[in-house]
Parts: sequence; structure tokens; C-alpha cells
Amino acid sequence: MPERIIVPFGPQHPVLPEPIHLDLVLEDETVVEAIPSIGYIHRGLERLIEKREFTEYVYVAERICGICSFMHALCYSQGIEEIMKIEVPDRARYLRTIWSETSRLHSHLLWLGLFADGMGFENLFMRSWRLRESVLDVLEDTSGGRVIQGTCKVGGVRRDIGAEKLAEMHRALDPFEEQCRDLGDVFLNDETVKYRLQGLGVVGKDDAYALGAVGPTVRASGVAIDHRETGYAAYGDLGFKPVVETAGDCYARCAVRVKEVYASIDLIRRAIDQIPEGPLDVKVRGTPDGEYFSRVEQPRGEVIHYLRGNGTKHLTRARIRTPTLANIPILVKMLPNAQLADVPVVVLSIDPCISCTER
Amino acid sequence: MTVNAEQTTISVAPEDLMREVEGLQAGGYRLVQIGCTDIGGAYEVNYSFDRDYQYRNLRLTLGPDTEIPSISGIYWGAFVYENEMHDLFGIPVVGINIDFKGTFIKTAEKYPFSVTRRGGDQCRNA
Amino acid sequence: MAFLKRSPWILHYDASSCNGCDIEVLACLTPLYDVERFGIINTGNPKHADILMITGGINELNRAVVKNLYEQMPEPKVVVAIGICAATGGIFRECYNIAGGVDKVIPVDVYVPGCAARPEMIIDGVVKALGILEEKRAKMTGSAQAKEETRHAAEAGEST
Repeated sequence: MPERIIVPFGPQHPVLPEPIHLDLVLEDETVVEAIPSIGYIHRGLERLIEKREFTEYVYVAERICGICSFMHALCYSQGIEEIMKIEVPDRARYLRTIWSETSRLHSHLLWLGLFADGMGFENLFMRSWRLRESVLDVLEDTSGGRVIQGTCKVGGVRRDIGAEKLAEMHRALDPFEEQCRDLGDVFLNDETVKYRLQGLGVVGKDDAYALGAVGPTVRASGVAIDHRETGYAAYGDLGFKPVVETAGDCYARCAVRVKEVYASIDLIRRAIDQIPEGPLDVKVRGTPDGEYFSRVEQPRGEVIHYLRGNGTKHLTRARIRTPTLANIPILVKMLPNAQLADVPVVVLSIDPCISCTER
Repeated sequence: MTVNAEQTTISVAPEDLMREVEGLQAGGYRLVQIGCTDIGGAYEVNYSFDRDYQYRNLRLTLGPDTEIPSISGIYWGAFVYENEMHDLFGIPVVGINIDFKGTFIKTAEKYPFSVTRRGGDQCRNA
Repeated sequence: MAFLKRSPWILHYDASSCNGCDIEVLACLTPLYDVERFGIINTGNPKHADILMITGGINELNRAVVKNLYEQMPEPKVVVAIGICAATGGIFRECYNIAGGVDKVIPVDVYVPGCAARPEMIIDGVVKALGILEEKRAKMTGSAQAKEETRHAAEAGEST
């Protein structure tokens, strides 16, 4: 039997923009076991509720993570609205959907780029990020912020997107989709990409479900869990079918995200077509008293904000369970039998967002 | 708004926890999260499960330093939440399949969410 | 040694930020902003790096990592703290696990404000850092030259 050695991976590692640490137990080049340890970005922001009023905490919620920031704010706001029985105006629900899907586009393109970088496909990395910049331009144009938008608030949204801007966005979607399909074509059909990804880090349908995985990671194994189906914001009006793949390998996880890019473009297009006129927010009166588990589908999967108030301006508890935390068990199961050189690709395939995970 | 999918919460006694969890697992539920709340001198622990967007909570109420059994034998992935419970709240969980023994999340302040922690504001900057 | 000023290599580390600034650092390196065309390369190896770009307010666990990375970088080196968290701890300043700024652990030369810092500002910060890098280099070569001269003078003194 070959000797076992432990190789530390991270926290500072060339393919990781964020620090996570794995102890990889190897037999020669093959991973036998992987033990994650986190905590490099743990800030303890759940306890900031002691110091921020419930309406101000949206800003903190946005900064749980700089990639899925809008959806954290959305999840938090929806939770408070549910506790306080606030009915959000229709236009706000549509605008929230538009910003959510635009954020998802930017997040998925970001991931596709990083994934290409992880595979050593530098050109594809640069192309994905070039395309992502046009999404960021839209976000900046409509909200003022590139990565942190600050447009969602308890009771609605903070600003409108004018009819002219919406029309311009709509016109830009066609050429954008064409570019995305060009890009997606490389990810889905390129021989070298397939060679690198197919059959790597396979998790079956039952395992993926039992491990509690979420988001594209679980959908790539054939489990159709996508909270947009529950119809929060405007998804109920727009109709939505989750993107599902069945192979459960790195290639399938990549394919789910590529196809979700197309789906998001489609959702934005329909949301712009159907958006009603009307007010943007309702006035928030009173304080939250009660509890709710608010759930939203982020680019990485289901996020949960458990919020609990006791009728004062400060919540008594905010517990945030982010998708990457739920995906750590499946990652630990994916790594054994991978080659050391494939570890970065497998780790990236769950789209780890460490800032989210550790809060 | 259709956000409000059904959310049911059932209070269970610590000794019934394993049986209830096994029942849910057999019923095809997946583990969504385990989260703790400080309810003034005691903890409330929520075990959340989901099947087809139906959300079920098992709720334990525990005094400080009460040991609870690990459900990682039933849901393998539970170790993430159970280690977190131990590291942030100081709740001793017995029999976790991958027990980090307090090194999963290392914090400047030991058990920062513990009900027995000193005072509220311990900001080192303020 | 003037080429050092033209194409510095960058080491990036996320010390408890929300990720917003980190992806903006990467955005600087990729097309639209694309500073790589000037030979500014993001390296993963601290021994190859001239500039440490660091985000976030430092927490308990990565204190040692940051120190270690800084110490491994060869002189002359410059530290650029990116985003408001890296400057003061920002919105997370009051969190129990945040030390409150990179300068609590290692010396910082340039602060880039913003939440998240914009790529233009980050590039501005790097340009500023290049000036400081050049100064540090000049000082180093200056002192090395001075040392050399004293040694020569001492040798000359001995020989006579």
C-alpha cells in the first residue's frame, strides 16, 4: 500500500480568490480523504443585529457576500416583510426579479471565468469576464453600484428603472444572448473542456439529495430543487422551470450554470415585458414581532435567513445559512478518488463562496 | 405574494430527537439546516427539513451545557451544522461523524453566541 | 531595475472581506480594465510578488496568514489596503471577530477607499503604490551603495 501523506490546500492558493483550507490525504497522487476547515473570513455579522436596527441591517445583509449581495438583501427583506405582513407593490416585485436575475448573470459569468481559469483555459476566463463587464454596466447604470447595489429595502425597492432604460436593456439582451451562447458553446462542446470535466467528481442523485446539497450542484445530479419555483418576487407570475442535468459530474455542474445564464436572460426579458406601473415601496410601520425562515434561490443555491423579532427595533436573532455551507458535505464526498491536479477544478465546481459560508 | 410556503414547527424533547429525525429521513425529507437561538439563558435549536418546498422544523429547548446527540449518523452532512453549533454556541454535541473538536470556526472570542457570554458589546474597536 | 516599476507582480489575499473588493481586484486584471497588458500579473506566490493587495478587516484566524505572507515577500514591497474594511473594518467594524483594519497587523502604504472599491480606484491605488515601490527601491539601492562605498573606503584604508 502506498504511503499516505497530507497535503494542505489553501488558505492562500492561486486558484482561490477567497481563503478556504483543505487537508488532503493522498495516496500518491490520488485523494483519499479531504477535511475542510473554514473560519478565515468569519466576521460574526449575525451579532450585528444587536447594534443595527432591523431596517438598517439590510446593508449588512448585502455585505454578507459581494457576489450575491442583492439576493441576500432580498432574502432578508422578504423575511421581515413576511413577519410584519407587508405587501410589496407589484412594480417592486418585478424590479427585484430583474435585479436578482442580473446578479445571477454576473455571478454565473464570474464563476464560468474562474472555472475556466481553474482548468487552465485562460482565454475563456478572459472572455467570460469581458462579457460579465456588460452585465456590471447594467447594474451600475440602474443602481449605481457594480457589485453592491443597495437597491433593495424592507417594503420595496429604493429606486426605479425608467421605461427608457428598461427598453434599452431589452434591446441589449439579444446581442448579449448571442455572445453568451458563443461562450456557452465552448464550455459545453469544446473537446478539451469535456476531457477535463466529464466523469470528474461524480455524485449520484440520491447521494446529492441525502447530503443536503443545494443549487446548481444538486441540480447537476438530477434533483430539481430551485426556490424560484415557489414563486417569490415576480417568479410566480413569470413561470419558471429549473435547469436540471443528470450526470452529476463537474461537466454537468458547468452545464447547469451555462443553461441558467440563458434562462436568466429569458426571465429578464419577460419581466421587462410584463412589468406593471405603480409605486416602488410601502411605508414600514411598527416593528417585527415573530419569526420566519426566509428562503431565496441564489446563484449558488438556497439561502436561508432565519429572522426573529420581539417587537423592538432590534431583531433578537438572524441566522443565515448560505448555500456553500450546505454544499460542503457534498464537496467532501466529491474529492476522494480525484487526482491532486484536479482538486482545484472539483472545489470550484460547487462554486464556493467563502464569505457567504462564514459570515 | 406566494413566498409563504408551509412552515411547520414541532417541539420535541431531546430524547425523542433521534426518533423524529429518523422518521423524517424515512419520509424523504432533506436536512436544510440546524440553527440555534439564544432565548435568554437557554437555547432553542431548530432542525429544519424540506421536501418539495414543505418546510418542517423540529425544535429543541436546551439549558446551557446540555449534551445533545448528533444526527450525523442519519444525515451525513449534519456535521457542518453540528460543529458550527459547538464552535459558536458552545453546545456539546456527542458523536459527530467528523468532529473538528472546536476548530471548525475559530473565533477571537470563544463561543461568541453562547448564552453565558459576558455582556452584549464586546467590540474591540469601540 | 526600472522595469520593476513598469510591471509589478501582485499578490492578492482576502482577509475577511465580503468578496466585493476581491472580485473588483480580479476585474482590474481582466478585460475591460486589463492591467495585465502592462505586465502586471496576479501571482499566487508571495516570493514572486512586489505588491500585496489585501482586502477585509482581518480576523483572528488570518492574522498569522497575513503576517506570514507579508514576511515572505521580498523587499522592496508595498501593501495596498483595498476597500473600507481593509482601512478601518468598515461595516463590520463592530463585529467580535474583526481586528479592524489591515494596519493593525502589517504596515500599509496605500489605502483605497470604497465599498466596494471601484476598479478605477484600485488601479489608481496601484499607480500610487508603484511610486512608493520606486522610492523604497531607491532607498534600498542607496543604502546598499553607501554600504559598498564604506566597505571600499575601509578596504582602501587597510591597504595603505
